[in-house]
Amino acid sequence: MITIKGLHKRFGKLEVLKGIDAQIEQGSVVCLIGASGSGKSTLLRCVNGLESYEQGEISIDGKRVDAHDASIRQLRTRVTMVFQRFNLFPHRTALENVMEGPIYVKGESRAEARDHGMALLERMGLADKAQAYPEKLSGGQQQRVAIARALAMRPEAILFDEPTSALDPELVGEVLAAMRSLAEDGMTMIVVTHEMGFAREVADRVMYMHGGQILEEGPARSLLTNPQEQRTRDFLSRILSPM
Amino acid sequence: MDKFLKDAQDFLPILMQGAATTIGLAVSALIIATVFGLVLALMRYSGNVFLSTCARVFINVIRGIPILVQLFYLYFVLPELGIDLTAFQAGAIGLGVAYSCYMAENFRAGLEAVDKGQIEAAQTIGMGWPLMMRRVVLPQAFRTVLPPYGNTMIMLLKDTSQASVITVAEMTFKGKVLAASTFENMTVYSLVALLYLCLSIPLFILAWWLERRFGKK
Repeated sequence: MITIKGLHKRFGKLEVLKGIDAQIEQGSVVCLIGASGSGKSTLLRCVNGLESYEQGEISIDGKRVDAHDASIRQLRTRVTMVFQRFNLFPHRTALENVMEGPIYVKGESRAEARDHGMALLERMGLADKAQAYPEKLSGGQQQRVAIARALAMRPEAILFDEPTSALDPELVGEVLAAMRSLAEDGMTMIVVTHEMGFAREVADRVMYMHGGQILEEGPARSLLTNPQEQRTRDFLSRILSPM
Repeated sequence: MDKFLKDAQDFLPILMQGAATTIGLAVSALIIATVFGLVLALMRYSGNVFLSTCARVFINVIRGIPILVQLFYLYFVLPELGIDLTAFQAGAIGLGVAYSCYMAENFRAGLEAVDKGQIEAAQTIGMGWPLMMRRVVLPQAFRTVLPPYGNTMIMLLKDTSQASVITVAEMTFKGKVLAASTFENMTVYSLVALLYLCLSIPLFILAWWLERRFGKK
């Protein structure tokens, strides 16, 4: 459903994406791995129209993603995003955060949005935190609220930009478990992550990015256990045994 | 002391009339400054180069001209161009526009203090610019802006005294007339100072209350 063809992106003179081609099927989970600065997050942000691109094309079911066109708002309700630093609205409770998009963007009734929002928070194991403000929640709880907020838009795909990188180690598991349950329900997901365990067990495919290109891609298990490229092997050995 | 009290009794009713005008002038100018200041701040924040440049030029021109000169301009120069304003109107508009620039800079600082991640989060759930401003950015900026807003409000109240030079019959003007006709300078100006203080105190309390009610916890 998401097609990327010959994508180039520059920040001034620095070319951060140097010709990306990728195809993400409906219902599949793709993990993007690679070192910092390899362009993973930028690629994800281009898909969501948070960054514009100079060359090539991203399309969602044939509709071109254009950061400067009004159509991007419609596309964002179909493909939404979860951030490394959660970005919950601090002046609204957990439930209000989740209800915000459905009410004000999609025009759902308050009652409908509330019921759906509560169901989503319950699914994230946060029903008892519905009235809490973000500052009272742990990082893991905030990220699960953020996932519920994304789900409230009834999206067809969710982009995750390093969703566990800002979390204390003991909180990573609860967020990954929530993401795994989405994957099991058939949600289309692109996940930028350093969690190789998650990639191996949940992802259908893994793409290894290096220097603004996809250097290697393939089924999760085979790429992670038996990478073909030397640079992929080097990266994985650094990640898996950092000592 | 007896004489002071007796004079005060004679002067206070006149000064109170001036105080009423001062309050009217301050409220009018505050409304103009707040609305216009918000518009200027949003223009600067919009990311639109044309709007942002217009607002910046306007703010710097107005900030670079003394309020007194602006008031003279409105009251004495505009009639030559066929625009007649009463002294009160000229005072309210002059102070309002002058202060809108200070307000705009306060508001802009508040807007820019809102985390960029908030904007991206609003965008990714499909919000457009107006909705994002209304639901996400302005409510957060509001809290940051309250302390400088309260401060500017009190400065504005005191600066209404400048309108006395274009014959607005506010408190300082009344005081000047009284002092000139009675030579009781000490009594008159002490009373005027006390009355300004009395007008400021509710604003101190209002600013304190707003910060407690809406400010960052």
